[in-house]
Amino acid sequence: MEYRANFVLATISSLASMGGALFALWALLRTEYAMNGWSFNQALIVVGIYTMLDGLQQTLLAPNRQQISEFVRNGTLDFVLLKPIDSQFWLSARKVSVWGVPNLFLGLGLIVYAASFRLEPAVDAANYVRLLVPLAVSITIYYALGYLLSTLTIWFTKLANVTHAMHALLEAGRYPVAAYPGAYRAFFTFVLPVAFMTTVPADVLLGRGEFTWVLGGLVIAAALLVAARLFWRYALRFYTSASS
Amino acid sequence: MPAIRTQGLTKTYRVADKKPGFVGTVKHFIKRRHREIQAVKAVDLTIEPGEVVGFLGPNGAGKTTTLKMLTGLVHPTAGAVSVLGHEPFKRKAELLKQITLVMGNKQQMIWDLPPMDSLHVNAAVYGIEEKEAMRRVEVFAELLGLDEELTQPVRKLSLGQRMKCELVAALLHHPKVLFLDEPTLGLDLNAQTAVRSFLKQYNEEQQASILLTSHYMADITALCPRVVVIHEGALLYDGSLEGVVQRFAPLREVKLDLAAPVEDAVLNRFGEIEANEGRVARLLVQREALTDAVGRVLAELDVEDLTVTDPPIEDVIARLFDSGNNKGETTP
Repeated sequence: MEYRANFVLATISSLASMGGALFALWALLRTEYAMNGWSFNQALIVVGIYTMLDGLQQTLLAPNRQQISEFVRNGTLDFVLLKPIDSQFWLSARKVSVWGVPNLFLGLGLIVYAASFRLEPAVDAANYVRLLVPLAVSITIYYALGYLLSTLTIWFTKLANVTHAMHALLEAGRYPVAAYPGAYRAFFTFVLPVAFMTTVPADVLLGRGEFTWVLGGLVIAAALLVAARLFWRYALRFYTSASS
Repeated sequence: MPAIRTQGLTKTYRVADKKPGFVGTVKHFIKRRHREIQAVKAVDLTIEPGEVVGFLGPNGAGKTTTLKMLTGLVHPTAGAVSVLGHEPFKRKAELLKQITLVMGNKQQMIWDLPPMDSLHVNAAVYGIEEKEAMRRVEVFAELLGLDEELTQPVRKLSLGQRMKCELVAALLHHPKVLFLDEPTLGLDLNAQTAVRSFLKQYNEEQQASILLTSHYMADITALCPRVVVIHEGALLYDGSLEGVVQRFAPLREVKLDLAAPVEDAVLNRFGEIEANEGRVARLLVQREALTDAVGRVLAELDVEDLTVTDPPIEDVIARLFDSGNNKGETTP
């Protein structure tokens, strides 16, 4: 905890960002606007899950993702590839960062708060346990999408913008997919599986998750994971290494 | 089984071709032009276990690309390559545990942490038992004269200390084949010597094969009985170190200590004058004409001492690459 100021700032930024999302939600739902079956409190859970997921990815995924492009650019990927260890594993599990921790707890807090009252049926401990599976699915999807994009650095070297674009698109996951018009809903379900990342877990927590959706999420996560793996191995054939 | 064997090893790169300046940048952005560069052309090379081979060539000759294909970092465009019986680009753990690559201009150690931390990581990655790893580190550190450097952050180390630590990290798993790309780059003479004798000892103790590139000829003469010369991607020479001189230096140097100064016009009859400074003169003589010239010099001039030497290998190599660069022009 060497950089205390930075940590405080990260917390403030998380708070502000979540505050913004909550305000938007409140503005929308204060007029009893029916968001296709999502009440304010239920939608809060989606915001909570999104915030938590964002915290998780900031802690586990983002720092490693950023390093991949660095490794490619200055050629130190050479040393990774020379190690008798899986290069994808090494690149994915090298670093953790503490900057996501505030988000993680804020998200969790929001979920617990929103789930604690005025919900029918009531959310009990078993629901939280059941939440673990779809949550694992969403972080897996996040990881696989991120790794797929990072793999492109083998060809293009600098790709920070693409990661930002992905992050921006995933922000759609702040609200239940039901809140979006039909075309967007399809896009966020089938093209960019945002629905599986936040809406499905929220449904599960609310005790109205459908088995097919959870299963669908599992299948998508597995498929993306395999795709990320194959794509990485394919890309390495084109790695030319930075000049000596 | 040879440690390394390549047949017709070839690598072609596709590179973007951009004209300089703003207009060039815009044009490049709209319509990319690419060129194909043949970095390595049909290289055949066999290296036996325990052999130390010097890999020579000017910048951009294809040395590093060859090393990268041999270590499996770069896929060959064509040709066959086998290292310890494996195809390196498949990057099987079994092979990776037996080879290493050291690059003078890149480092694997973690910048903000002491080398010891990186060494622990490497020990874990290569599956070396903690105790054994520390024993090896101790032995290497002793040979290289490292001590507290191992527990200082890498960024606080000098280039020489860092390179020594890099070597420890690269050899911790006792590889059987070493690929060394300019391991002495930028080091001072003491550090160079230390690195050299360390490598020599490692080679003798582990019977490891070493393929070494260096721009310091002293590295080559000290370590490599055999050298391979590559130029513009193609092998130019593969044989003994002395052979390079014989093959590429047709001239020998005859140094004369004269009783009295002799005019250029007279010396010219025996060979090309390199220097004529009073009573000391140096002549360059064709190898075949040497005995004849020396005989005539002794008969016709009053000579106090006469020595025949090969020109220094640095000069030979430099001249060799030079002549390769200006093809068509004849160099003496």
